[in-house]
Amino acid sequence: MTSGQRRLSAAATAAIVVALSAACGGTNTTPPAGEGTASANASQAAGGELSGQVKADGSSTVAPLTSAAAEFFAEEQPKINVTVGTSGTGGGFEKFCNGETDISNGSRPIKDEEKAACDAKGVKYAELTVATDALTVVVNKENTWASCLTTDQLKKMWEPGAEGKITSWKQVDAKFPDEPLKLFGPGTDSGTFDYFTDEINGEEGASRKDYSPSEDDNIIVQGVTGTKGGLGYFGFTYFEENADKLKAVEIDSGNGCVAPSSENAQNGTYTPLARPLFIYPSVESAKRPEVAAFLDFYVANIAKIATDAKYIPLNSEQEAKLKSDLDTLKQG
Amino acid sequence: MAVLSTPRSAVQLAGKGQPVREHLFRIALISSLAIAFIFLAALLTYVLVEGWPRLDSRLWENMPSIRDPEIAGAQSAITGTLWVISLTALFTIPTGIAAAIYLEEYADKSRWWNRVIELNIQNLASVPSIVYGILGLGIIARALALGFSVITASITLGLLVLPVVIIASREAIRAVPPSIREGSLALGATQWQTISRQVLPAAIPGIATGSILALSRAIGEAAPLLMLGAVSFIRFNPDGVFASYTVLPIQIFNWISQSREGFHYLAAAAIVILLAILLLMNSAAIWLRNRYQKRW
Repeated sequence: MTSGQRRLSAAATAAIVVALSAACGGTNTTPPAGEGTASANASQAAGGELSGQVKADGSSTVAPLTSAAAEFFAEEQPKINVTVGTSGTGGGFEKFCNGETDISNGSRPIKDEEKAACDAKGVKYAELTVATDALTVVVNKENTWASCLTTDQLKKMWEPGAEGKITSWKQVDAKFPDEPLKLFGPGTDSGTFDYFTDEINGEEGASRKDYSPSEDDNIIVQGVTGTKGGLGYFGFTYFEENADKLKAVEIDSGNGCVAPSSENAQNGTYTPLARPLFIYPSVESAKRPEVAAFLDFYVANIAKIATDAKYIPLNSEQEAKLKSDLDTLKQG
Repeated sequence: MAVLSTPRSAVQLAGKGQPVREHLFRIALISSLAIAFIFLAALLTYVLVEGWPRLDSRLWENMPSIRDPEIAGAQSAITGTLWVISLTALFTIPTGIAAAIYLEEYADKSRWWNRVIELNIQNLASVPSIVYGILGLGIIARALALGFSVITASITLGLLVLPVVIIASREAIRAVPPSIREGSLALGATQWQTISRQVLPAAIPGIATGSILALSRAIGEAAPLLMLGAVSFIRFNPDGVFASYTVLPIQIFNWISQSREGFHYLAAAAIVILLAILLLMNSAAIWLRNRYQKRW
């Protein structure tokens, strides 16, 4: 839902509010306005211990990483309350650009209209790459024919034109058996869907619609596990957790077959499905000592946090860039 | 509302004809009941079996952890749920009862606006909860600048269940026999004295049952709170009405979508906790009803 639509629906529901407060016969006491936005002011306690709140929101793909960072951070700064929401990348930016959160998690870069929304509210931010994800295409364990697929073959399966036409593996490649092709994937609200359609079908959001969509990756796992001709895609973490149930497909984008793995994602050979994961801290928030402390901790321990949360850590070059990006952010 | 009991003689007065149809009808009724009961039993067994290994004190003593399902708990979600639901009750029950008193005792039904209000309340009771979430986001969180806090969630959930409270309270008030009111007025009591000393005490069982059932609905809501900034990871209990929070349904949803199996058991255990809180609330409703029930 775009912010425009949301504003419209808020206006429409305002009518309901009026009707409702009338229904209450005037007994509906309006809570005092202006007391809200309890942005806890950080106070420096003795021994370098800070307190206050850091609000993060956004992509559910990045949330476990930021949550893990928050959990490690709590051991060092137990009085700083870090909260992580999962409104989705788009929903997160909507709140972030409204000045309601300090950090926005993104599984894709910020879009132009989101940039405009942030500019309109005067919210300045930095883009920090914190980990890498390898979108993994999975098939059933009994699938003996597809151990490597080219990006063209993937496109043939997933492009909008395939809808209702490509229903058998044989249609994808004449060497494949005549097994019904059943597709599973994330729903259209997901950053993963945006990224996959952009890279494979050439246009963000363009996909055939007759597949089984689910916002819950566990459902995709179950779908592919239970269907011999099943194929689905999701983040690498999910594949690692379910590696005993599924088979990952190697991807050939013109330079031979490359398996999804930490090494291949880090050294850049797993193209085009390796993607960076971002956090967007607000410049204004980063001036608050508790937010600055959290960001410092996040960046300094990024390898440990990523490994623990089962993400693909950055390579040394990316990590150096992350550190210098944070320094730039702190300077203004 | 069970205030009006069916006359006892009805069964004895029933005719003797068509025994087969009578029988079939009875079987149909019992199987309807059985469907509801079997599904409930299956659900309960499933979550109990699945959540049993994790159904221990870690669940309410520990804070959520994304790193290790073994040390993760739901304390912040349990306290968040209690905070939100208490405030919802504080907001919605007095408002709902007052609205019901107005509509039953004061409103002139021949006026068109009172009929419009009535119709609107009936309609509001069936508005999807996500719509209230959008309303809460636009009006309460942003226009009233209450932010993404416990109070925003409580007011939104309060609005969500308010129609149910009003409708239940009206039924309860209507079930108080007119003779009670007339007697009170005849003895020289004012209208307000009649309401506060005769009608309301007599209507308490119905109002309490309706209100608690409404709150039980509110406690299981996740959809509107997703819009209202209930966060999925928080390691602190709310310390006031403006604090950030999470609630059990959100925590459960979050755990179910994790890839590690341990979190799925944890989610099942948290469902048991949520069901236990619901059961406690419903028992309170039954106790209140029995305690204050009057028969005329």
